[in-house]
Amino acid sequence: MKIHAYPYNDFVIPFLIGTVLLFAIIIYKYIRWIRKFSPEQRKVIRSNWYSWKIIPAIWEMIREGLLHVRILKKNLLLGIMHQAYALGWFLLIVVGAIESRDAFYTMQHEQSIQAIHELEQQIGWHIYNTGEDKDPEYLNQRRYRVETEDGMARIHYHRPFYVGIFYRYFVHKAPASFRQHKAYSNLMDALLLYVFLGLTMAIIKIFWSKVLGMRRTTKHTIVDRFSKFSLWMIFPMRLLAESVTACLYGNGGFFTQTVGNLFDPMIVRGMETSLWMLYSLMLGVFFVTMPFTRYMHIFTELLLIWFRKIGVTEETGKTGYTYFELNACSRCGVCISGCPIDRVLENHEIQSVYLIRSLRNQERGSRLKMIADNCLMCDRCTVDCPVGIDLSSLRRQTRDKGAIDTTGNYQYLEKKQTPFNAIGRVAYFGGCMSHLTPGITESMERIFTAAGQKYWYMDKLATICCGRPLQQQGFVNQAAELRRKNTDLIAKSGATMLVTSCPICYQSFKKEYDLNIPVIHHTEYIDMLIRQGRIKVRHDDRKVSYHDPCELGRGCGIYDEPRNVLSAVTNLQKTRYQREKSVCCGFNLGDTKLSIEEQTKIRNASLENLTSKPVDAIATACPMCKKAFQHATNDYPVRDVAEIVAENLIN
Amino acid sequence: MRKVAIIGAGPAGIEAASILARNGIQVSLFEKSETPLKNLQDKAFLFPNFQAAQEIVDDLSGKLLADGITSVFGVEITDVRWQGTEWKLTDIKGQTYVTDSVLIATGYQVFDAHRKEELGYGIYKGVITSLDMEQMIKHGKITNANGDEPKRVTFLQCVGSRDEKSGNHYCSKICCVTAVKQAIEVRKQLPKCDSSVFYMDLRMWGQGFEEMYRTAQEKYGVSFVRGRISEAAATFDGRVQLKSEDTLMGLPLKMTTDLLVLMVGMEPSCGTKLLGKSCDVNGDYGFIKTVNPHLYDNETSRPGLFAAGTCKRPMSISDSINDARSAALAIQEYLDSLKNEN
Repeated sequence: MKIHAYPYNDFVIPFLIGTVLLFAIIIYKYIRWIRKFSPEQRKVIRSNWYSWKIIPAIWEMIREGLLHVRILKKNLLLGIMHQAYALGWFLLIVVGAIESRDAFYTMQHEQSIQAIHELEQQIGWHIYNTGEDKDPEYLNQRRYRVETEDGMARIHYHRPFYVGIFYRYFVHKAPASFRQHKAYSNLMDALLLYVFLGLTMAIIKIFWSKVLGMRRTTKHTIVDRFSKFSLWMIFPMRLLAESVTACLYGNGGFFTQTVGNLFDPMIVRGMETSLWMLYSLMLGVFFVTMPFTRYMHIFTELLLIWFRKIGVTEETGKTGYTYFELNACSRCGVCISGCPIDRVLENHEIQSVYLIRSLRNQERGSRLKMIADNCLMCDRCTVDCPVGIDLSSLRRQTRDKGAIDTTGNYQYLEKKQTPFNAIGRVAYFGGCMSHLTPGITESMERIFTAAGQKYWYMDKLATICCGRPLQQQGFVNQAAELRRKNTDLIAKSGATMLVTSCPICYQSFKKEYDLNIPVIHHTEYIDMLIRQGRIKVRHDDRKVSYHDPCELGRGCGIYDEPRNVLSAVTNLQKTRYQREKSVCCGFNLGDTKLSIEEQTKIRNASLENLTSKPVDAIATACPMCKKAFQHATNDYPVRDVAEIVAENLIN
Repeated sequence: MRKVAIIGAGPAGIEAASILARNGIQVSLFEKSETPLKNLQDKAFLFPNFQAAQEIVDDLSGKLLADGITSVFGVEITDVRWQGTEWKLTDIKGQTYVTDSVLIATGYQVFDAHRKEELGYGIYKGVITSLDMEQMIKHGKITNANGDEPKRVTFLQCVGSRDEKSGNHYCSKICCVTAVKQAIEVRKQLPKCDSSVFYMDLRMWGQGFEEMYRTAQEKYGVSFVRGRISEAAATFDGRVQLKSEDTLMGLPLKMTTDLLVLMVGMEPSCGTKLLGKSCDVNGDYGFIKTVNPHLYDNETSRPGLFAAGTCKRPMSISDSINDARSAALAIQEYLDSLKNEN
């Protein structure tokens, strides 16, 4: 004969339904998305699945999924809030599971008749036996005596997975030999308090977001708010339920027992199960709503980090990876604070968080179009995103106009430029914008000459655009035509290296082209020349502040080379917003919706940052930024890095 | 005796000073530079009658000698403040002057063509501004970058005016006719030299302007092309290659010229911006704001503080002089009202 002890109460049903639905929906969705991965992405996944790349992937999953290090670094309080939620809840589940496992293990070993009698008394335990004897009368007698022909009957304690969640209810009295139970309950209470810390901060954030260092928080939809409400109710309900149980049975830790002691046992006795039911209900509601709200990010961000770290990247069209990106967004709103359109123009509608929300809600109307088009593509939000979503690519995809404009005729390209024999030379691509700032191209020609470098100024007379302006606006096919022609020209020329003056062209040649020669920006090139001693420069005392162009800095990660060069020739000053935090000059090609007045406002904000300390000149490394600042001010000379170097050349 | 301070000794400042002094008012005329009429002295001939600028300079300088005018040159007024009963002016050295009324006539400065880098001013030697051209005309020596006689001179209108990007949305008003005047001068001095003008609109608003425009085409063969020049580049022989579009023909166009003359617009001078801010009467773009453009165009929102000439908006020389006269009248009326109150 076997005696089975099984913890169960009806209140676990909402929780069970929620859990089953949650996993069913999530797995269904994940399978659908994984099937949408492009062949290239599949190849990457397959080849890297067992590579060393999974180590950093797992590390980042822990760091960003649980610890939220990136948010912590950006904003300590906000980070603590996110960490308290994620890590706190995660530990509650894990420690709860360990605690219940230990407790059941002890009970199994203790095998005390006393315990089974107590369980008989306690609601929520089902005790039954199986065996050959089918006579219930006989069995009952035997069970209370718990004797068999072989001696003592063994009691089998079953431990369903939900026990950890409702542990205090099912184990009113820990087995005598389970000595750590006090430590466990205190630990669990500490974790619950930790989650409460996050909850309190979240509530403060709603009313005074400034306290948490956020100028502005995300505006959520009704479904999201409903889901958030259920999430927020889970922990107070858990506290109440555990406290009442602690009041009645004294099994609480320092926190729940203290709260529990406030209650009168006579009054709360009847409420115990109902409170546990409410707790379970909140869990159930949250789980069912989760796949349809922003809380989908909880599991998705882990998968996204995994895919990203093993090398999957965004493509021009929507792929399975895009779905993971869209759903990995927690709408934390970190992307809002840095956005110049939010900060300077007070437009709180178009930030990446709202783009993702609209895409996820499958909006198609004018609102999505407005959001997609009104962005400078300065990537300020991309560097801030805690889970590393490729926000500019998402926007580019949404802008895609390739389908509507198929009439673009690029036949004339064939006549535009003829191949040039540049074997052994450096190819120099000034770019359209540098043609409007001839100071830059003139300086570069002087620098090439000073370095004794033979060069081919490939777009001196006739220019074929690099294609990026079209690409940024979503005219993908047209951009490909231009790229094809330029690739052809460069390949046939035999040049050994491509130097560009415009960071926009630079990013295009570097990332969108497939050239078989190195592509570098002129700041990198000049830095190399100075280091190799091929040009000699003098150092002057001019105080110069440097503006990081979006496409060069955040776009291509070139922060140090221009600074090295400027430090070699001038007295480089630090600014408040520099490197990743640099403020876009506002005249970026990315945005077609802003009026000149609006662009001017952003530019002035950027200028203010550069001139907050007294400087003699403003330096930048992009013809666009240069023009923007030049138009703004008579007070400061605006110079490209190349121009400053050319001025300070020693022949 | 009532005292008036006039800031700026240009045509407007001098004209107002002489009228006020003639009416028995004690005038102090402050000028930042060491000599009066700096901008006017740079000019060769004045439109529309091609009168030599020097004649006007001489006439106006003569007016300065009148009794009752104290000229203070080489002194920059940096602050103007109402002291409850009188105006207090502070110069850059910290010296103060006290008067009953102040006339701001601080004028304009030309747009800095370096800011339109695509046109290559300061980079290509063949690119000059209308001021440089005026100097060449004045000295009768129009030369290209290499010092030779140019074969073609091209004028570009609206550099720094009617231009969203540089932030100046307004029309500078005098450049259209100045370009016509200079194009005629070029043809007069160098009959073999081609002369053409790139424009957006030609605004021939004044008396005799339209006739000048017609004469330029019929008699002097100046060609006018409607279109903006998008970029300039140097050729190997020091000339300038232009990319543009003839918007009447609807065709893109590329041409080479010896000299590209940028018709730079008018911006408020540094002094205008400074005083506008210090007296809280600064209007759009940093020009001085008057009460209204019809009846109270010399009065500012501050009683006793007046403005005349190009510190208010772009104006021709004759308009500035007329404006100064009306300012003098307005000041006189103001001083009379003070007398009645006492």
